[in-house]
Order: sequence, then structure tokens, then C-alpha cells
Amino acid sequence: MTETLIGNFPFVAAVVLMGIALYILIFRRNLIKIVMGITILSSSVNLFLVTLGYRAGGIAPIYTDAPEGPMVLPVVQALTLTNIVIAVATSALILSLVIRIYRHTGSLDSKKSRRMKG
Amino acid sequence: MSKIVRTVANQLMAFVLVFGLYVIMHGHVTPGGGFQGGAIIASGVVMLIVAFGSGQIKKFLRERRLSLVESSGALLFILIAFAGIGTVFFYNFLVGSRIFGGIPPTGSNPGDVWTGGVIPVMNLAVGLKVTAGLSAAVLALALFSSGEEMEE
Amino acid sequence: MATLIGHSSILIIAVPLLIAFLTPLIGMASKKARNAVVIVSLAFVAFLVFALARDVILNGIHIYTLGATFPGLTIPEGTMVPVRIILEVDGVSVFMGIIVAIVSLVAVIYSLSAMKGETGQNRFYTLLLLMVGGTFGMVFTGDLFNLFVFLEITSISGAALIAFRTRFADSQEGGFKYIVVSAIASLMILFAIGLLYAQYNLLNIGALAAAIQYTMLDRIALVILISAFVMKLGGVPMHMWLSDTYSVAPVSITVLLIAASQASMYALMRICFTLYGVTLDLAVVGWIIIAIGILSMFIGVTMAVRQTDITRLIAYNCVCEAGFMLVGLGVGLAVLGDVTALRTYGTAAISGAIFHVINHALFEGLLFLVAGAIFYRIGTRDLNQMGGLGHTMKFTAMFFLLGALASSGIPPFNGFASKILIYESVYQFNPILTIIGIFVSIITLAVFVKAFFSAFTGASLPKYEDIKEVPKSMIAAMTILAVIIIIFGLFPGLVVDWIVRPATDALVGQTSYINAIVGVIP
Repeated sequence: MTETLIGNFPFVAAVVLMGIALYILIFRRNLIKIVMGITILSSSVNLFLVTLGYRAGGIAPIYTDAPEGPMVLPVVQALTLTNIVIAVATSALILSLVIRIYRHTGSLDSKKSRRMKG
Repeated sequence: MSKIVRTVANQLMAFVLVFGLYVIMHGHVTPGGGFQGGAIIASGVVMLIVAFGSGQIKKFLRERRLSLVESSGALLFILIAFAGIGTVFFYNFLVGSRIFGGIPPTGSNPGDVWTGGVIPVMNLAVGLKVTAGLSAAVLALALFSSGEEMEE
Repeated sequence: MATLIGHSSILIIAVPLLIAFLTPLIGMASKKARNAVVIVSLAFVAFLVFALARDVILNGIHIYTLGATFPGLTIPEGTMVPVRIILEVDGVSVFMGIIVAIVSLVAVIYSLSAMKGETGQNRFYTLLLLMVGGTFGMVFTGDLFNLFVFLEITSISGAALIAFRTRFADSQEGGFKYIVVSAIASLMILFAIGLLYAQYNLLNIGALAAAIQYTMLDRIALVILISAFVMKLGGVPMHMWLSDTYSVAPVSITVLLIAASQASMYALMRICFTLYGVTLDLAVVGWIIIAIGILSMFIGVTMAVRQTDITRLIAYNCVCEAGFMLVGLGVGLAVLGDVTALRTYGTAAISGAIFHVINHALFEGLLFLVAGAIFYRIGTRDLNQMGGLGHTMKFTAMFFLLGALASSGIPPFNGFASKILIYESVYQFNPILTIIGIFVSIITLAVFVKAFFSAFTGASLPKYEDIKEVPKSMIAAMTILAVIIIIFGLFPGLVVDWIVRPATDALVGQTSYINAIVGVIP
């Protein structure tokens, strides 16, 4: 059992990161911490995707001056790059919304800055 | 920031621009491409904002200029995608022609920049848009937290 | 004309994107030119959608491969799997496309007067066109990762539009909640797509449907995908963002958000019926979706009873109506493998759910536009402070009554036609579900009667002495929706035969979807 855990260590790391991110998103009230939780969740999914493409002994999937050997999968690297771009746009938008909420309500605690209930 | 920091930032910006443009234009033979190179140039702009203060930079990077560059980058991308609609949308019509039209050999090869067809032009368009977009976003956030707005 | 229809599936997605990037440049020159360009381009897109719909219903599935030498080249020489992004337009895709086309045109016509005093209108129209292009992309694509990218485009532009009026604090809070929920749902969808890609090395929905076997990892991916899409469409237990978000956005954006949520419902249908098909545990998954539907109906309507804010009331009604659609889909999914049950009541349940999708977009859109008109004139959404508005705002009151009766399922409006389809077919599956549905509809009627009487009838309050009717473009937008509601209510048979039946056939039979991509499997 420990051999499979150590052999698949990147997958274990991705799931642990996802667990940490979900814990932050459920239990933490500070708005900036929620933004950090989303960023960690995005990083864990990126790590998971890149690890899916790994082939043992593989080289980077680029043909320019490539040495001999099998290549790792390039499609998942394209998926990861797209996800990073989307995460940049989401982070920019969500941080500007946090600044606006702080300007309006003067607090970063989601319990104190909530106006809508019920 | 002190005079040493400002002078060094000025000198370094040239290297950052060259490296960013290298990453954008060689995106189809080496790792990189439009978004990555654009992010590099935008981080150079962030370095200038930290060194000189957002009040000085906002006189140079006005909202209209950045909006113009951003829209033209996006329009270049979409118009090149539309240009192939004689065959199919997004068709790579520059392969075999004189601009970027080489066909690379299969397998490991020394990468030639003049290949790829439409891809380097689209990399340039995306690089323009990302540079302008990220610089505007960072400048707007930096100005916003000190209470000012971007200049028209 | 034939080449225009051949290219129309990508033009419908690309023309809003092109005009979105052109809008800041035109807007710097002249405002009237920008408004005219936006309306003309959306009218052109609507024309293309109707032409494509007619062609798909008469001639079959449309395939468009981006970047190949001709549009139908899904599998080129030397490769054995489909490559490149492939747009696949079948009956249910054009059905959703019709909804988005009508709704986007109505939203822009409404925004012409509703957004008149706001600054930064260039960015408003850019984001609106991006959101429309993203929603079209979500319903037309045949590729899982492309679905994820367009879902993110729609969510990010939607969140920016919700928080557009920065002077209201609750708009910022609504936008924040929307982007957090969307980000979590989208990342979970990407995780599930990674799981599916790792096993089958395919991202195309048709090719994946041909290759899928129901292993343990596929079950995990199915659970993640169903929960993420139910989170995006506002079903219980992930419904709480819906009332906060729909009530504080500018109402033309709320109407587009409803269309985006229906696109998430379309994605749920695609995953359950086409991608997995009969390889699922049909009874288990069907009953889970029915349970989510029943909970949504119940909690939606009970929360709506105690609201005093008119837009929050309508938003909780949206949750309730989503429950109806989920119940119809769940019944259809549960009997998908059983041919006689499918022919007797299964296809009728799915038809009722699909018909309810367009009816829901129409009457909820009309109700939100009316609430926005009230807010435009008197500046508050609180029912306790309204009274006697119907004396001066006659058209607005009439449209609210129309929308409320349609939503409760009263004949001869369109809500009745779709709800009776759902009631009759679900009754043959399990009678208790129908009884709960009728009970919920009665409470919906009570809620809306209370809202109508407190807002529009009664003595006019002195502070509302000089309230006039709303500007003409807002009345025009509401009239378009009202006319379509009445036509759908008077001739439901025509609507079912022309656009709902092809959509149901496309969902129930996944083989035509797969054959269009990979050719006939020997």
C-alpha cells in the first residue's frame, strides 16, 4: 500500500492540496482567504493534469533539438496552460470585487460584510 | 523608490521587452507563446510601477491607449481566424506561402522560426492583448488602492 | 445561402466575439453607432440561428471541424480518432440556441434605456456580447474541454456584469458569490475531464460516448460532473447563490444569466443522455436527479413565500421551476433502457422538461424585466413600500400578471402546456411526484397573487403620484416576450412538433450523435 502511495506521489499531493483548498473554502470567513482557497484548488487541478501526462523516462514534448526517447503527453499540458490563463482572469476579477466590497462595508469578514440573508 | 532602483529598472526594462518579444515570437518552436510572453512584458510593467510609483506611470499608460492596443490585438486574432473562412474557419492559409510558410521536417529538428503559418501571427496578437490587458489590470488595482482613477 | 448555413454554426459563435472586440473602438467614436452595431449583429445572429435550426430539423446533424480542409473532415488521413475542435449541432443544441438568440436580443433592447445613465457602457456591451458568444459556444460544441472553456467565459463575463453598477454594495457581493461558485464548479468539471481523458485519451463527446465503459473512475467522473452542473444551474442543495445573484444584477443581465443556467442544464443532459447513455445505472442516477428536483421545487417555493423583495421572490421561483425540469429529466433517464416505458411516458417526460426550459426562460425573463422596470421608476425592490402602481404603469402590471399566470401553469399560457406534459408522464412513473408538483404550482400561484396585489393594486401612495410608464424600448422588450408566451400557449402542439420533438429524439438516441463523428461502427 505504501509503495503505491510513494510511487504515485504527485497524485497524492494533488488530492491533499484539493482537501486543503476545500477546507479553506468551507471553514474560513476572511474574503482574501477564500481567494487563496480558489487559487490552491486551481493549482491542485493543474498538478493533477500535468501528472496525468507523465510517461516514465519521457522528455519534454518539443521537437526543436529533441534528444532521443519517448515524449510525455502534450495535450494535458495545453489543458493546464488554458486553465492557468483562466485562473489569472478569475483572480483579477475576484480581487477587484473584494476591494469594492471592502470599500463599501469596511470589513473583510464575510459574516460582517454580508448584506443579503434569507 | 531611490535613484538606484529607478535607474536599474529603466535599464532592465529594455531586456525584459526583448526577452518577452522573443518568447512571443518563438512560441511555435520553443516553449512559450502569446500568453507567456505577454505576462513577461506585463511583469516588466509591474517592475516599473513599483520603482516609479503608480502616479507617474499613469500619465504614460492611459486608459484609451491601452484599450486601443488590447482591442487591436483581439481584432487581429479574430480577423485572421475569419480570413480562412473560404475553406473553413481558423484554416491555416499561410502554410506554403511566403510569410511564415515553411513546412518543418518531422522528428527532431533545429527549430526554424519561419514555419507555422498563421500561428506566429496569432501569437503576436495574443501577446499584444495580454500585455495591454494585464498592465491595465495591475495599474488599475495599484491606483485603486490609493484612491485615484486611471487617466482617460 | 447554402454555404452560409454550412458555416453558420461557427459564425453564430464568432460574430458576437468579433463585435465584442470592435465595440470599444466604435464606442470611442459614437455611441449611437455602437448601439446600432450591437443590435444589428445580434439580429443577424438570430437570423442565422433560425436558418440553422430549420436546416438541422429537416436534414440532420451539422458537423463543423475548425481548421480542417472541409467542415466534415472529423478523422483525417492517418489518424484513428477525431482531431481538432468539432462543433456538433443537433436538435437539442439548436433548441437551446433559439432560446439564447431570443433572450439576448430582448436583453439588448431592454438595456438601451435601462443602462442610459451609466458610465463605461462600452465595457457593458463588450462583456454582454462575450457572454452571449460564450453561451452559444457552450451549446454548440461537441468537445468536452471546449465546453469547459466556454463555461468559464460565460461565468467570468457574467460575474463582471452582475457587479457592473459599482455604487450598490449588494451587487458586488452578488458578483463575488457568483464567481466563487462558478470557479469551484468549473475546477471540479476540469478534474472530471482529466479523469476521463486519462482513461480513454479522447476529449470529443461523440468519440468518448462510443468508447466509454462504466469503470469505477467513470463513476467518480459522473458524480463530479452531475454535482458541478447542478451547482451551476441552481438546484438544491447548491441553490443559495441564485437568489443573491439574480436579485441584484441589472435585469437585462439576469435574463442572460437565466439563459446561461439553462445552458448548464443542457450540459447536464448531454453528459447523462449522450456521453454515458445506457451504460449508467439508470434507475439509481434517475432517482437521484428526481430527488434533487423534488427538493428544489419544495425549497424554492417555500423560500419564495416569505420574501419581501420582489426580485428575490422571482429568483426563488426560478429554483422551483428548475426542479420541475429536473424531475422530468430524471423520469426520462430512469426509463431510458426500457423501450415500452420510454414510448409510453419516457419521451413525453423528456419533451415536457425540454419544453419547460424555453417556457421558463420566457416567463421568468418577463417577470424579471417587469421587476427591473419597477426598480427603474421608484428605486426600491421592497414590496412593503410599493402600492397602487398599476394605476399609472398599466403595461407593466399587465405583463406581470401574464408572467405570473404562465409561471403557475394556468391555461391558456405556455407554462400550462409544459407542466401538463410533465404531470401526465410523471404520474405513470410514480403518482406521488405529480401530486407534489401540483401542490407546488398552487403555492406558486398564491405567492405571485400576493406580489401582484401588493405592488400594483390598492390605493396609490402619495410619493408615487407622478410615476409614469417606463421608456418605450423597455416596453418593446417586454412585449416581445409576452407575444411569444401567448403564441406558445395558444399553439403548443405546433411548438412540440417543430422544435421539441426533434430535441427529444436527439437526446434519447445517442447513436446518431456518435455516428456523425466517427462514422457507422461496424
